Order: sequence, then C-alpha cells, then structure tokens
Amino acid sequence: MSLQGQQSIGTKTPLIPIRKVLPWLIACGFLLLLPQVFPSGAGLTIMNQMAITIVFALAYNMLLGQAGMLSFGHAVYMGLGGFFCMHLLNQVEYNQLYLPLPLLPLFGGLFGLIFAFLIGSFSTRRAGTVFAMISLGVGELIAACSIIIVVFFGGEEGVSGDRTMGPQVFGFDFASQLEVYYLTAIWLVLAALGMYLFSRTPMGRIANAVRDNEERAEFLGYSQRNVRWISFCASGFFCGIAGALFAINFEILTEENLNLATSGSILLITFLGGVGFFVGPVIGAVVFTLLQTVLSLYTEIWQLYLGILFVLTVMFFPSGLTGLIAMHFRPWNLSKVGLLIRPYAKIAGPALVLLFSAIAIMEILFHARHSSIGSEEMNLFGMTINSHSPVPLIIAVGLLLISFFVVRKLAPGLLDAWQDANHQERET
Amino acid sequence: MNLFTKSLMAAAVTTGVVAGSMAASYAADNIKIAFIDPLSGPFASTGNQGLSHYKFAAQELVNSKGGVLGGANFEIVAFDNKISAKESLIQLKVAIDQGIRFIAQGNSSGVANAITDAVKKHNRRNPDQQVLFLNYSAVDPALTNAKCNFWHFRFDANADIKMDALTDVMATNKDIKKVYLIGQDYSFGKAVAAAAVKFLKAKRPDVEIVGNELHPIGKVKDFTPYARKIVSSGADAMITGNWGSDMVGLGKAVIEAGFENPIYTYYAASDGITKTFGEAGEGKLKLVMEGQLNPPVSDRAAAYTAKFEAQYPGYDIGQPRIANVIEMLAKAIDKAGTATDMVKVANALEGMEHDSIWGTKVTMRAKDHQAIQDVHIMAHTAKDVKFDFDSSGYGLKVESTVKMASADSATTCNMKRP
Amino acid sequence: MSLFIVNILDGLVTGLLLFMLCSGLTLIFSMMGVLNFAHASFYMLGAYFGYQISTYVGFWPGLILAPIIVGVIGAAIERYGLRRVHQYGHVPELIFTFGLALLIEEVVQFFWGKSQMAFEAPAALKFAAFSIAGNAFPAYKVFMIFIAIGVFLVLLYILTKTRIGMIIQAALSYPETVQNLGHNVPLIFMGVFGVGTAMAAIAGVIAGPVLGTFPGMAVLLGSIVFVTIVIGGLGSLWGALLASLLIGWLQTFAAAYNLRMADLLTAIGLTEPADLAQSLLSDLWTLTLPQVGPILPYLLMIIVLALRPQGLFGKRET
Repeated sequence: MSLQGQQSIGTKTPLIPIRKVLPWLIACGFLLLLPQVFPSGAGLTIMNQMAITIVFALAYNMLLGQAGMLSFGHAVYMGLGGFFCMHLLNQVEYNQLYLPLPLLPLFGGLFGLIFAFLIGSFSTRRAGTVFAMISLGVGELIAACSIIIVVFFGGEEGVSGDRTMGPQVFGFDFASQLEVYYLTAIWLVLAALGMYLFSRTPMGRIANAVRDNEERAEFLGYSQRNVRWISFCASGFFCGIAGALFAINFEILTEENLNLATSGSILLITFLGGVGFFVGPVIGAVVFTLLQTVLSLYTEIWQLYLGILFVLTVMFFPSGLTGLIAMHFRPWNLSKVGLLIRPYAKIAGPALVLLFSAIAIMEILFHARHSSIGSEEMNLFGMTINSHSPVPLIIAVGLLLISFFVVRKLAPGLLDAWQDANHQERET
Repeated sequence: MNLFTKSLMAAAVTTGVVAGSMAASYAADNIKIAFIDPLSGPFASTGNQGLSHYKFAAQELVNSKGGVLGGANFEIVAFDNKISAKESLIQLKVAIDQGIRFIAQGNSSGVANAITDAVKKHNRRNPDQQVLFLNYSAVDPALTNAKCNFWHFRFDANADIKMDALTDVMATNKDIKKVYLIGQDYSFGKAVAAAAVKFLKAKRPDVEIVGNELHPIGKVKDFTPYARKIVSSGADAMITGNWGSDMVGLGKAVIEAGFENPIYTYYAASDGITKTFGEAGEGKLKLVMEGQLNPPVSDRAAAYTAKFEAQYPGYDIGQPRIANVIEMLAKAIDKAGTATDMVKVANALEGMEHDSIWGTKVTMRAKDHQAIQDVHIMAHTAKDVKFDFDSSGYGLKVESTVKMASADSATTCNMKRP
Repeated sequence: MSLFIVNILDGLVTGLLLFMLCSGLTLIFSMMGVLNFAHASFYMLGAYFGYQISTYVGFWPGLILAPIIVGVIGAAIERYGLRRVHQYGHVPELIFTFGLALLIEEVVQFFWGKSQMAFEAPAALKFAAFSIAGNAFPAYKVFMIFIAIGVFLVLLYILTKTRIGMIIQAALSYPETVQNLGHNVPLIFMGVFGVGTAMAAIAGVIAGPVLGTFPGMAVLLGSIVFVTIVIGGLGSLWGALLASLLIGWLQTFAAAYNLRMADLLTAIGLTEPADLAQSLLSDLWTLTLPQVGPILPYLLMIIVLALRPQGLFGKRET
C-alpha cells in the first residue's frame, strides 16, 4: 500500500484502477481451482485454516501496519466473535432460529465490532506502550474469564455445535468440507476486499498519518484518539468474521481461541509476512500455517526453528518476507535483475549447506540429548545416522564452518552486485 | 502481475508440494491406529511416553503373536496435537485421509470432548468411512454420561469411579475426620470435587469437609497461600485431581508448610513428578489408579514391564491401560472379522470381558462404553518397588485394591446405536 | 490472626521476588525506553543454570555463577541484538524482545526438555525456621527475604552514592550530554542491561527450588512483571518496590481467603436462585476470591492506566 501511496489522495482517479482489479480476479480464480489440486479432506482443512488465518492477520495488520498500534490481546475479538457465532449455531439447532449459514460471518463481525467498540473506548486513548499494555491486560482478563464464566465459554472443553442444522442454501447443507471451503473462500475474498478498500479510504489514510506523526495529524484537525478507535473497531469487525469462519470450520471454540499464545502468534505471523504491505499478512499466514502443520510432522523442534526465524526476521528484515520480495522490484523495474542472478547462484549452494548443516547440528544434539537411552539411530535428511557417535556431529560442524566462511567470502560480492542493480547511474 | 499475484503463485507452489506429499496415502497392509496426543510442548513427555507404550504393546502383544485377522499387523501412527483442540481436529482429518480408522487419544478431557464430538459428526456425515475413538486416559465422567456416543470407548476408570474406589479405602480409615478438597478450576477438577462430596457423604457422613475449592488452572505461581489454608484447617487428609506443574507446585507447597497427613491424588506420578517429590513424598502421597506395577502381579507382567524399560530406557509404564487397549482391540477385530466395518468392531468391543496383563478383569460396559476394572490405591515410596518411575528409585506400590470398582454405577448415557 | 501474619510473610516473599525482576526491568526501561518482554526469560535461564551448576558443585556456587553467566548473555544480546533493532523504532524493539522470549523458552526446552527439574533448596536451609499455629515457615524463605533486601540495598547504594551510579542516572536522562562529556554511553547501557538480567537470574536461582524450574516458569511470571512496573510507574525504582509488594500481598491474600461472591450478593439484598445449575448467573454466584486472584493484577493495571497512565510513581507518560 505504501508503494502507490500518493496518487490516490485527492485526485479524481477511480478508487481502484483496472490494473488493480486484475490481481483480485486472479486470486479468485486461484481460490476456485485450489480444491481441484488438493481434494483431500486434510488438504481442504489446512486451506480453510489458512484462509481464516489470512483474514485474522489482515485484520491485525489494520492495527499494527496501518495504524501503528501493537496489540498483545487481539485473539479476544476473533474468539468472542467465534463464541457468539457458536451460540447462534446452537440456537439454530435447538431453538429453530432461522439463519442461513453463509450469513453467520456477518454476525461474527458485528459481535467483534461491538466488543472492539466497548474496549476501544478506553484502550485507544493512547498509542504505543500504554495501548500495548492495556491490550495485554484485557486479553489476559478475558482469557481468564473463559475459564470462570462457564455458561458462556463452556469452561475448558469450550462450546461446540453443528453447522449443518440450519436451512439449506441452494441445496447445500455444508456437511462436506468442500462446501465449507467455498464458503470460507468467498468470505476471505469479501473480507480482504473490504479491508483493502478501507485502507484506500480517507479514513485509512488518516490512520497512516496518525501512525507516522500523531501530533501533526491532530493539528490537521483529526482527533488521533477517534482515528485509532475507528481503526480498532474496523479491525475488530474483521476479526469477528475470522472467528465466525473458525466456528464454521472447526465447530468448536475453546479457551485457546482467546489466550495469549494465539494473540502472540498472530503478531508473529503478521510481522513475519511484513507489516508494511497489504499482502504481507497473507504471505505470513500461508507460510506460518504450512510451517505449523507440515514442519511439525518432520521435526519435534519446529517451534525452535520458528523462534529463530522470527528473531532473525526482526533483526535483519524488519519489513518481513514480503519486504524481502519487494526489495527486488527496483532491480526488476531497472531491468537489472540479471545482474543478481550470478551472485545469487554462487551463494545459493554454500548458503544451503550452511542452513542444512545448522539444522543437522541441532537435530543431532537434540536427538542425542532427548532420545530414549537405547535408541541411538536417527533419521536425518533421509540418512540413518548414529546421533551418539561424534563423527556425524564433527562432519556437520565442519560443513557449517566451511560454508560459513564461503558465504562470508561471497557476501561482499553479492552486496556489490546489489548496489549495482539498485542504481541506474553506475551503468551510464 | 504485481506483488500480490506473484506471492500467491509462490504460495500455491509451496502448498502444492507440501499438501501433495501429505495427502499421499500409504500402503494399506497394516491396521493403523492414529495416536493423537501432544508430542511437542509442555506435555510432550506424557505423550511420548504413551506413544512408546503403544508401539511396544502393539509389537509385543499383537504383532509378535501373528497379528490379527490371520496376519495383519498393528501399526501406530503418531500425530502431534500440541494438546490443542483445534490442532487435534486437523490431525484427525489427516489421519482419516490416510485411511486410518482407529483413533487413540488420552491427554486432556477438553481434547477428548472435541474429538468425540468430531468423530460423531464425521461418522454421521461419512457412513462409508467411519472411525472408532479409543479414549485411553481422558477421565471426565461426561464422556460416558451426557456426552457418550456409540463410537467412543473409555479404557481408563473415570473420575467418578476412581473417587468411588478412593473413598471406599478412606472410609475404612477411622483417623480421617476432616478432609480438604482442592482442584483445578475446570470440568475435571469440578467432577473430582463433586464426586468426593457425594461419596464421602454417603460412606462417611461423620467426615467433615473443611475445604472445597478450585484454583485457576496453570496460572498459580505459588501455592503457599493455599497450603497455609490447608494446614490451618486442621485437615487429616487432602484430595486433589491436579496434574502437571499444578500437582508439583501444590504438593511441594503443602509438604513444605508442614502438612503431615496423606495427600490423595490422581496424577502425582511419572513424567518427572515422582522424581521431583522424591523423599518428601514418602508416606504422604497416595495415588488412585488402575494397573498394578508393584508388586508385579505375575511373571508375565514383570517380564512385560522389564522388557519395556529395557527397550525404552528412561520411560515408564505410566499408563498401564494402554496394554488393555491394544489387546482388546485385537480381540474385537478378530471377533468381528473385519477392520473396516466399524459398527461390527464396536459391537464386538461392547460388553467384552478381557483378562488383563495387569491381573484384573476388564469389562467394557455396554451401556456407556466405560471399562470396569480393578482400581488400586498406591503409595509413593522407595520400599519394595521393582519398577520405579523417572529412574528415581521411587515408584508406586499398591496398598489396597477395589475389585471391579463401580461395576454397577449409574450412567445418564442414552446411546444411539446405528 | 496467626494465619494473617503467615500470609503477610508469604506475600512479602512473593513481592520481594517480584521486585528483583521489576527493578532490573524498570532500569532497562528507563535506559532504552522499551519494555523488555524477555525479562522473565532471563529469570528462567537463571533458574536452569543454577540447577545445572548445582548438580555439579552444589547450590551456593550456582547462586554466584548463574547470574554472572546470564548477565553476560544479557549484555551480549543487548550488544548484538537490541542495539541493532533499536534503529528501527520502539515497536520492532518490543516485538524483538517478544520473539526473544519465545526463543529462549524453546532453547531451554532444547537443552533441558519439558519436564520439571528436580532443583532442591540447599540442605543447610531445609528446616522450618519457625512455625505459627502449625504453619511452618521454611528457613529458605527467610533466606530469600534477606537476599532480596540485600540486592535492593546494594542497588540503591550504587545508584545514589557512587560515581558510576551518578553517571548511570545522568545517562538515563540525558544520554547525549553524558556522551559529550566523554563517557561511553553504549557501554553503560550494555552494562545496565547485563546487571538487570543478572538480577533477574538471581531471582531465578533462589526461586527455582520453591516455585519450580520448568519451561513455563517465564510465561507464568512474565506478564505479571510487566503489569507490576506499569502499575508502579515505568522507570521508577520506588514505584516498582511498592507495586511489587502490593501485588505480592494482593495475590497472597486473594488466594488465602475464600470470600464467596454469593455472600457479597446476599449482603446487598439479592437472593440466591433456588436451582443454581439452571441459572444463567450460576457462575457469578459460585465465584470465589481465589478464582479471580490471578486476574486482579491485570484489572488493577487497566484501572491505573485508564486513570493515571504514568503509573503510581511514574514521572512521564510512555
């Protein structure tokens, strides 16, 4: 969003130029085709989960990226929206409430909005650390309430329901995972479009202004507090939609949907993807869901890798994975990407060796330390090795050191090429 | 093509590779049992210990004896649910996609509630792909009462049954005049407290319950204030259903505050807890549990335990009932003559009587799918323990036994059979 | 009454322990202007190092060595991590410490596994110092009180009476001026960060045997530490002390007295519904004080922040 910042303020260009509609159409077609590629139930479940995480992360980024507000308790709005939807579903099942399932996310959004409005009324008065701390406190409070108020939150086992009990819509009863996928995908597009358009409105722009300099925005006549409050409410609305989609997909909501770990992971996802880009949270959500569901199949210490990845991202690429991709736009526009291919190719081999030897060292150490005493054999990248003998470890450390020095030697070359590729004048 | 589309493309490629490799089904010779429990996170040690026992039991009790249905072997496939309900449901879908029809889970009643509900819905929506839920550890009584269903079988004694057995033993101890109840504030903790009140009132109306309270689960840093209350109340015994770090924290604080009387617990053993208590727990900690390890009931049981400990050093048989799950499932499959028609297997399992390796008879009660078996009161001690826990020298020794505990207890289960 | 006295003492132990974490955190905040989310993780590292050293050479060397090791690690993280992220602004800094907290927990699990460690108090202190109406007060807790007070006094002396303390105080308020006077301000910052984390580690070593040494110990304490310094006023040492003791007693007394909501509701003239299980308000009626104890600090923080954003003793807004 920051890339095309200035042009749509004040000018008479349409809100969304035609060339910006194209990616949305492609995305829709893509969502339509995905189930053909992965028709299995598990594949659909993972894609649904991704879609929900994308909505949630985009909504979170309305605060973090666009309004500069760091929330440590944002799971609350998604969770509360979800809990209310679950109760609505149960009303449909037991009290014959007439509510077609596809409309449920709208209600989830409204519940999220109501809570964001209430809590935002006092938490958005200030930005920065005070806001972060209040969000943390509110998050902890409501997560704790979920155990205490059993009538509403169902205690530790949560609230469950059945999505198929409502009236059929066009002959669909939403028993199959595929029907749920399409429902989720439609809401994903609607919600993403809604959030994108919000970021284009004058309101979205003022939120950016308040983020960058609240005093200046105040002097321009905008109440910084109200701007934050409105952003907060909008974010709460879309979080509620994500919560409703969660309720539809998993048919259960528990304390986990409200707690600090969920709030923390959405921060992680959004930051990993890149807070400065509209599409950043999307990438973050996709990568994180894949890491979570797939990496955990292969290694027990996937959370350690995730932690390392996260800390490295904050330290070296504060604009996230999307920022990493976006860095290549300038060379691309200058038609100088070609300059980067050779140094990239040169460094790719050693870098991969570096990565894999580091993983090997961690896996071997972990296995040596935590496997049961009798089992000394472990499977590493398809090889069976003895984790208790020093040989594999020595080889891995050796590879690590060698590749590290090679990478260090090649790094200046890459930097030079990078400078060249980003500057027009050097060529002429 | 802008950034958005490009990234979507990249994501699609990655998703394709990964989901494709995941969905690939494996060869279908073996009968697979999905083990869905925490294998990472704070409860990983319990999960891994249970998984080892499952693998060992499948090999030792079924595969090495020629398998079932004339040669099919049991294979345990592990899925990490990170003790989260949401993740469990995803792993359940993955398992079903891989053609697995038997689901084993035990840690956390919350997760069990989610799975039993999901299995019920799945079986109704996919009659050609039904699955069975073998609950080996989740003891919330509701699972075989209000929330019971035809596809769920519980192999552990539930919280009510354990309390029934525990109070049977406490009732005979005339020194106990005042009892303090404390537990975690959630369904299981409440069930324990309610059962204790009910059974104590019926069996020992003279016993005074001097405290009955719940503390927030997993949130208490320091149990000292609770310990002070317990000591000040003058209780002769306390009962708690706490597990994990809540058990350790409470137990240590109470002992440190000078409590000299028995502490009756459900889960104060193994997974590092036995080691942490060590000498401090001697003569105080009591456990109510099924499955007698010490003294070994038979040469066969001793050999089984010894072989497990030799094969998985550092791990314990903390959940002896896993052996019953495997043996009873094998019997049911043989009796039904199929491992794909779940209605037949479930019918074979229903009402089954089985002579367990742990010296008890196990009956899978037909009306609510609750296993009825001997329940023991065990003491945390270093004396006469052949098989210790956590390699600490301390272990559990059976002090008294309630035969076929709660065999005729009532249930509110109203099971709908297909 | 005797129970009241015991609870006062127990609350004092909790409060002082909390203070050892809060004092370091609040100093670090004054210095860098950012809350260190990972502060409790250094407390956890202290406990684990203390345990590991105690298995080789006993508890007492661990009490000295573990804080030194953790302090060095903390200083290194400041030098190579935080200082780098500092240039991006406050929000990335906060996120960095948040990620660090996650990472340290994973690293601890990588080396020590997920179960609780058998970290024992030294045998010399394993006796009841005194007992009040049957409630034993362990000698180890007396020792904890003395250590905490000792640390506080040393800190106070260094900060207010020594030259280095004056420079630190000056650097906290006017870093540029102090830099221009020829002092190495980045070095001072690194030192303060190292000392702050070392103090958290001391708290970890002495708390490990009592509160348990397990991977969740940082999370359990982490947000409370935050809440405490926010209530006390960010950057204020006296505020941190007061808030720590306040929270220590608040939590102890909340857990110690079984006040029931039902009594309160009856007192204001409401009648308990006959069939509680069917009532929508059943949770309200069965609520007890120990149940809500752990959330009281958060409630207090929200109230303080809404009414007085700079905290009880804070001089500036965040």
